[in-house]
Amino acid sequence: MNRQSNLYTIIYSTVLVIVVGVVLSVVYQALRPQQLENIANDTKRQILASARIVPQDGQTIADLYSEHIKDSYIVNAEGQKVDSKVNPFDVKVSLEVKKPAEERLLPVFECNTPDGMKYIVPVYGAGLWGPIWGYLAFDANGDTIYGAYFAHQGETPGLGAEIEKPAFSGQFEGKNIFAPGGDFTSVAVVKTGKEPADRAWVHAISGGTITSQGVQAMLLNSLEPYAAFFRELLAATPETNMTASIRADEGESNVEQ
Amino acid sequence: MNVNKSLLPLVNPLSKDNPVIVQVLGICSALAVTAKLEPALVMTISVTAVLALANVIISLLRNTIPTSIRIIVQLVVVAALVVIVDQVLKAWNYEVSKALSVFIGLIITNCIIMGRLEAFAMTNRPWASFLDGIGNGLGYGIILVIIAFFRELLGSGTLFGCQVIPQWLYDHGYQNNGMMILPPMALITAACIIWVHRARNKDLQE
Repeated sequence: MNRQSNLYTIIYSTVLVIVVGVVLSVVYQALRPQQLENIANDTKRQILASARIVPQDGQTIADLYSEHIKDSYIVNAEGQKVDSKVNPFDVKVSLEVKKPAEERLLPVFECNTPDGMKYIVPVYGAGLWGPIWGYLAFDANGDTIYGAYFAHQGETPGLGAEIEKPAFSGQFEGKNIFAPGGDFTSVAVVKTGKEPADRAWVHAISGGTITSQGVQAMLLNSLEPYAAFFRELLAATPETNMTASIRADEGESNVEQ
Repeated sequence: MNVNKSLLPLVNPLSKDNPVIVQVLGICSALAVTAKLEPALVMTISVTAVLALANVIISLLRNTIPTSIRIIVQLVVVAALVVIVDQVLKAWNYEVSKALSVFIGLIITNCIIMGRLEAFAMTNRPWASFLDGIGNGLGYGIILVIIAFFRELLGSGTLFGCQVIPQWLYDHGYQNNGMMILPPMALITAACIIWVHRARNKDLQE
């Protein structure tokens, strides 16, 4: 058969595409269960990492997760638990953050740690090149951040990608998302010399300005709907006044820096 | 250098016919993945694997491919291989696949792969094509690793993420060069490598 003829070319490309298509779908189907399990395990690892729980040798993520995460549920913007058929673990945060606050499904994971019970919530936003996301663990007072975990899809290595490093996420430990007056303020991500006096802040990554601003916007947008939920926890905490005074002290030391 | 003639496709691309600094292919990804050593190394391994496999497949098919759609056929083969590599990594080594994420797409568009398929695999036997794929992948990798070494060392003070510049240097006023992390310095580093390489290989000078 003439290899330059149109018929040969059409048959050749058709056969090639069908063969490649079949091969790819077989590969996809064969590997899918394993991939889904990996993705679920990775999400569990991220949730636990925000509560400073890291698997030691010999521990599997799945075991560690069922050991520490005692309860998970979905709340709405009024802070009430929603009786939803969706598993909190399966809520697509990437889609929820685009909805108006009152329509969002807000997953909360209750996590037992050596330092007591923590509330873990997911955050999701945009960096410079693609999505950034993370999990924040809050103390039982619903105000103080116990730990933070951030991840990104493709931020610049050495610049924006530094948000996943403990050097950045560790800064969030001990920060408060409510101002002393009780207003929801989130946490600011700021340059040295631009530290605000009236709200908690962390230092941005030099050279990673857009990603740092993305983190700040992500926290504000993702945490704000939780404000009612956290405010109830804060009100139920007996030593609220004490934490408020500690916070005022911290505010001053922040200014001095 | 005296080497077995059949191994020439493997050895030549390492220096004399290096894809990046002599053939000037794959410069784009040399800028993108060399801010740190680790992604540079992962990219090297992936490109070498994809290139060797694609070279063999195209070489096996070379006598059947219609000339008018040969580039499309090459692209389909490369894209399919990259997707398979991505899927396998996601299932068996999720950590590495996460580190690769954005670079996977870059492999499909890597000019080295198309360049070698068109220039070598279309006219050579499978075994020679396989060696050519490995050789060019490694030749590309050498340059990537050299660039990434300098960029990570001078830009972040680390190698493979470990701090190597001692703290007392910072205490005495040393600062990481933020410029090294930005893409232009990859080009300048590559140019320095070409300079040294040409100075040592007079026959490459024009």
